[in-house]
Amino acid sequence: MTGRPPAKDWATDFDHLDPRWVNDPFPIWDEMRKGCPIAHTDRFMGVYFPSRYEDVRAVAYDTEHFSSRRVIVRENPPPRIPAPPITSDPPDHRPARMVLLPPFTPDAIRKLEPRARALCNELIDRFIARGTCDAAVEYAQEIPARLIAHMLDLPESDGDLYRRWIHEILEVGITDQAVLMQAVGEMTRYFAAAVQERTAKPGDDLISYLVHARPNGTPMTTDHVLGSLRLLLIAGIDTTWSGIGSCIWHLAKTPQDRRRLVAEPALMPTAVEELLRAYAPVTMAREVVKETSINGCAFKPGQMVLLSFPAACRDPAVFPDADKVVIDRKENRHAAFGLGIHRCVGSNLARMELTVAVEELLKRIPEFSLAGEVSWSEGTVRGPRRLPLRFQ
Amino acid sequence: MPEPRRLRVRVDPDKCQGHNRCKAIAPELFELDELGNARAAGDGIVPADLEEKAYLAKSNCPEFAVEIVEEGEP
Repeated sequence: MTGRPPAKDWATDFDHLDPRWVNDPFPIWDEMRKGCPIAHTDRFMGVYFPSRYEDVRAVAYDTEHFSSRRVIVRENPPPRIPAPPITSDPPDHRPARMVLLPPFTPDAIRKLEPRARALCNELIDRFIARGTCDAAVEYAQEIPARLIAHMLDLPESDGDLYRRWIHEILEVGITDQAVLMQAVGEMTRYFAAAVQERTAKPGDDLISYLVHARPNGTPMTTDHVLGSLRLLLIAGIDTTWSGIGSCIWHLAKTPQDRRRLVAEPALMPTAVEELLRAYAPVTMAREVVKETSINGCAFKPGQMVLLSFPAACRDPAVFPDADKVVIDRKENRHAAFGLGIHRCVGSNLARMELTVAVEELLKRIPEFSLAGEVSWSEGTVRGPRRLPLRFQ
Repeated sequence: MPEPRRLRVRVDPDKCQGHNRCKAIAPELFELDELGNARAAGDGIVPADLEEKAYLAKSNCPEFAVEIVEEGEP
């Protein structure tokens, strides 16, 4: 982000939009863990950053002092944009979450796998003859956007629209509230039209499922349905796109891991969990709603907490050789999908997409390497946004 | 006659958040409900050849929800 004063020090003035943090946050988190494990900044109207697994876990489990009503740290707190259940606290959280869970169980997600594999191959077909591609733009980002459109029974080509909204909400919108509200408005109107259509003519898709669901015996309000649809889109696309991109980036620069996965495909589930740990894409946030303290650090109401599952996943107190990618790591209690009641609803979908994306790429293009500069996203979802590869 | 030593797995329903790690690692020992939360399959008794998988399921649960109880004589 241009024009931001650089962070003076990471313990008392950190800035997660600082280019040093955006490009390589891991040494910063290591330094925090050693010196000041719960860092703070006055930027963004006051934010805490627990860097140790233990403290991230404590915040995630404590819904009394840490509310989910704001889950993104922004320059100025915008009007609340509810997206239940991610923005819900107990007791509203549970029913809002329960209604979303059945379409995302492993069995439900398995039915989408053939479409995901075909999709990956359609994308590879477009660039394989060229011998180069931008794997972030031409592959990773296309997969979740198209698959979620498929689940919602909306045109897969609308994926372009989704990606623009998400960029405006999660990146530009951190500092530009007008862009944020414009994108949320467009997205809401887009879904409102689909909700109206599926109310009249239900199909076998996720929108129809939500419109006709009866949690607690009564239908959800249209606002609730629209909020949950916003969540599925915002939470389901750039997160997975980032995860897929980071996996491919790792395999491009680590030929021994790539060749081992080609030779030992049975290792894939273990490797995927390790890549999720090492490159966990998603940092959440909480708002402090009641004064409390964790490990001697006082948390003041009104301020935010960046809940960095990626930093927790790199804590050497929990993961031996935390800074190394060990693709056959057997014991891996990683927190890439969060901890506690807000565990990512789409984790089974994300895992399937990640696995399929890597498997299909390795089948078609087993040898590839980096072909230029990689750029990383800004904000709280981390992954490559440009990932040039060559494979000739 | 002392009972032979055997292991039994259990999932604490208050801790399980449906990460699905146990089921992915040891599908023989766990099953999922309609929300995707895990429970022990059947009586939870672990056949000798699945003991390693049972311990892996326990040590990969992000919520510390998987328990292993040792029954009988050592």
